[in-house]
Amino acid sequence: MLTNYIKIAWKVLLRHPFYTFITLFGISLTLTVLMVLTSFLDHLVGTHYPEMKRDRSLYLMLMVQRDSAHTGRSSGPMSFKFLTNYAKTLKTPERVTIFSAFNSSNAYVGSQKIKLKTKFTDADFWQVMDFKFLEGKPYNEQNIANGDYVVVITDDFRKQYFSDATESVIGKDVDIENIHYKVIGVVKGSPVTRPVTCADVYFPYTAPKSNYQRDGMRGGFMSILLARDKSDLPAINEEFQSRISQIPLPGVENGYKYTTLEVKSEPYAENFIGQIIDGGPGLKAILFGVIGFILFMLLGLPAINLVNVNVSRIMERGSEIGVRKAFGAPVRTLVWQFIIENIFITFIGGAIALLLTSIVIYFINSSGWIAYADLTINLSVFLISILVCLIFGFLSGVLPALRMSKLTIAEALKS
Amino acid sequence: MIHLQNIEKVYRTSTIETLALNNINLNIRKGEFVSIMGPSGCGKSTLLNVMGLLDEPSKGTVEIDGQAVTQYRDKELAQLRNQKIGFIFQSFHLINDLSVLDNVEIPLLYRSANGRPRQEYAKDALMKVGLSNRMKHFPKQLSGGQKQRVAIARAIVGNPDIILADEPTGNLDSAMGNEIMNILQQLNNDGATIVMVTHDEQMAKRTHRLVRLFDGTQVL
Ligand SMILES: Nc1ncnc2c1ncn2[C@@H]1O[C@H](COP(=O)(O)OP(=O)(O)OP(=O)(O)O)[C@@H](O)[C@H]1O
Ligand SMILES: [Mg+2]
Repeated sequence: MLTNYIKIAWKVLLRHPFYTFITLFGISLTLTVLMVLTSFLDHLVGTHYPEMKRDRSLYLMLMVQRDSAHTGRSSGPMSFKFLTNYAKTLKTPERVTIFSAFNSSNAYVGSQKIKLKTKFTDADFWQVMDFKFLEGKPYNEQNIANGDYVVVITDDFRKQYFSDATESVIGKDVDIENIHYKVIGVVKGSPVTRPVTCADVYFPYTAPKSNYQRDGMRGGFMSILLARDKSDLPAINEEFQSRISQIPLPGVENGYKYTTLEVKSEPYAENFIGQIIDGGPGLKAILFGVIGFILFMLLGLPAINLVNVNVSRIMERGSEIGVRKAFGAPVRTLVWQFIIENIFITFIGGAIALLLTSIVIYFINSSGWIAYADLTINLSVFLISILVCLIFGFLSGVLPALRMSKLTIAEALKS
Repeated sequence: MIHLQNIEKVYRTSTIETLALNNINLNIRKGEFVSIMGPSGCGKSTLLNVMGLLDEPSKGTVEIDGQAVTQYRDKELAQLRNQKIGFIFQSFHLINDLSVLDNVEIPLLYRSANGRPRQEYAKDALMKVGLSNRMKHFPKQLSGGQKQRVAIARAIVGNPDIILADEPTGNLDSAMGNEIMNILQQLNNDGATIVMVTHDEQMAKRTHRLVRLFDGTQVL
């Protein structure tokens, strides 16, 4: 029975090359867009190099201060001192790292200027993150206590700065803003889409210009609380929030009088989405509206078009439908036949989409558009796509089948 | 075998109402070979469709092999057609995308398997109509007479009690037509009940009984 259906489906595909082209084009294009988007989203918020412990980490990225009238707010990263007092000393996490947002600097090779992203971190940073060291090692507590002028650099920067690629660069000098640092390690870089870890050069926080001794609660630093186990996350969040709630209110920061203060400690994905929709309920509605519209255009329109094409394609087969009914096919069986046919076609479209997606992802990864991009088709993306395939196939099979089932056999045979 | 009582069939379109069948009472016994004749548009096809459960009468009752089908739902009607009736159409109605063998297998797709593979039954049926050497062909590669023989094979593959044929020789020349008629007669001799619509007096003479229609009314 099944082979019979698939035989027919295959023949129908070959008989109508144009319909087939439109159908497959619609399905595969839609699925490709969907899969590339999901892959990109996964690239942004999923657990990837070098943030391999995202699933058991809480991110402290932002302090928000509001005044009594709630008319204004002031927000930004925090001071090293604040994080040392309120995060570093927490009891529940396995480890806490403090690091700066990335800053810009310049280095010179001869007379040529290299624009740099720099980051100041503590030693725990290298434990919480899973950077791959191509050479050397990270700086440790001792280097930090001594105030050593050492840096960890990325392989990209090594290539730019040291023309001789064959020789080890450990122990060599780099000159950044007229200060000499010794290279202590070389890591494979992190893509710019991961701002917590992305930089060209990493300094110990005791290096010059880090401002780690600055007073006040706001500054240029952020923190990650690493749990021993995912299940500890709520307890860690609770401990941190109870500490925060003990900060005396109201207060003044840089002349701004605030009456409430908030520092969220949340998983990366939540933080990421929170930043996007952190514009009040109005903006949220607009955002979801836009997303809904895009999804509709992306999925709804091709689906409707597909159903349309399928209806005419199936109605064209009145004679076949009439014959099958005349020889004993119940309507239900015929409906299944058309659903199976459509699922079969959709899966061909899905296979094409998978191929196209791999090609697109390959080009994104190798184009250098995002340095260190590591988009992948992962299992969940693939499964979602298969599910979408199934829904497509089902939708575009049921409707024509139902329309067709209303015909009497005599009518169907005449058409 | 087939019992029609007070059958009426009205076709309604937005402008006119056509009384295609008017108070038809007909009893076809087991093993009979009946032909239906009448001018074009008198309701022959409509009558055959009502007998074969391909169309519902507006009034009256249809009984097949003692079962009154008035209350039957789609699934039960389908089962009854599948078990009891084989159809042969003037324009063959073969599925072009399927091979001869696959076409003949169709009625068997809709019953539960019973031991032998479906293909074996289909090959037997094709043997009976003398087409065992064309099994892998597609309908487009066959002559009209060959197509109709495939259609006959499809009608008999499920071994139905009743064969309903709507002008089976209408699209064929007389030699081909005679061949088809010979096959039908053989099937009747083997026990099948056959009702055939025809325009050809010669064909009608070779059957047991003639029913004549005129304007939806039975006149003979
Ligand atoms: N679906 C329909 N809608 C409206 N009228 C119909 C329909 N089918 C048949 N008729 C009408 O019913 C009458 C009987 O049609 P039918 O097809 O049974 O005639 P017939 O005797 O088989 O003719 P022919 O010898 O030309 O095949 C005709 O007047 C026809 O116009
Ligand atoms: Mg007719």
